[in-house]
Amino acid sequence: MYYIDPHLHMVSRTTDDYETLAKMGCVAISEPAFWAGFDRGSGESFRDYFRQLTEVEPKRAAQYGIQHFTWLCINAKEAENVELSREVLKIIPEFLDCPNVLGIGEIGLNKNTKNEAIIFQEHMELAIAHQQQVLIHTPHLEDKYQGTRMILDMLGEHSIDRSRVLVDHVEEHTVGPVLEAGYWAGMTLYPVTKCTPSRAVDIIERHGAERLCVNSAGDWGPSKPTAVPDLVLEMRRRGHKESLIKKVVYDNPRDFFSQSKNFNLENPAER
Amino acid sequence: MNSNQVLDREFLEIRAKILEVAAALDRIERAEGDVSGEPRMALIADAIKIIASGHADPIRAEKIQLLFSRTYDEQWRNEFSIASRS
Ligand SMILES: [Zn+2]
Repeated sequence: MYYIDPHLHMVSRTTDDYETLAKMGCVAISEPAFWAGFDRGSGESFRDYFRQLTEVEPKRAAQYGIQHFTWLCINAKEAENVELSREVLKIIPEFLDCPNVLGIGEIGLNKNTKNEAIIFQEHMELAIAHQQQVLIHTPHLEDKYQGTRMILDMLGEHSIDRSRVLVDHVEEHTVGPVLEAGYWAGMTLYPVTKCTPSRAVDIIERHGAERLCVNSAGDWGPSKPTAVPDLVLEMRRRGHKESLIKKVVYDNPRDFFSQSKNFNLENPAER
Repeated sequence: MNSNQVLDREFLEIRAKILEVAAALDRIERAEGDVSGEPRMALIADAIKIIASGHADPIRAEKIQLLFSRTYDEQWRNEFSIASRS
């Protein structure tokens, strides 16, 4: 089955991973800007990172027939440094017209602090000023519920089309509030800290598949870039229809991304 | 799948996971020192109660998630002295 992984940090994966993803049916990836595992020293370091996301990764992906899209921001962890964040916010518009940029992301909260909230709001203003879609990271573990509710509070203060916003890393206790408020939701299949394929399928069975996407969020930490096919297999084993599986792993991310002017997915069936 | 088929599929998995939890708790108690007053131990005990409870609407996973979550206060902006933008 063809699928799209809407959240995968390929800058920290090998070219072999691209090959494996292609063999498993992955036709497109979207890569949100995130934390590199260490705090960067200057805005210029982000400019280089944005070049990597807009110039280098699309070429690496194309070698395996995978289309690469991206989102730009300063992540929630480094957003604690307000001065650096504002430098990065000034750089972002230079890259918004690059052909693979879908919007602003993954912005959000990490430890639910005041500075993170301030920079989240400044990113939202930037996104609205440039008519960009938004992809949002929610915190992990004990911080997730509080952080997700704070994010929903802040989103409610902006007049943005809710169907152009995806709130990611939802789990059993946060998926309801996100979908009920009219946003898209993403589930991340990730060892230990997030969701397993079985629990993700449980969430689909409880909440339905409308506006719900699934991703691997593979990065430099313990993660599995091929986690989406694990979900496909789990849905098949439970007897779900192929049309429902395709909706979750292909149609939904395609429909969400299609609201961005730079999203030009080649239909794999017509290649 | 009906409930019998789900049970067939999950039984050994559940058995293995319960054993892992039991063995980990034994390991904690066997180790030197005393953590019986630790808030995390109380959380674990409460989570086990949720697992053992029956539900007309089965939402054990959601309840356990909330149990392990920091509380959300609608007035969080006051603590940060941040004004709402709307
Ligand atoms: Zn991420």
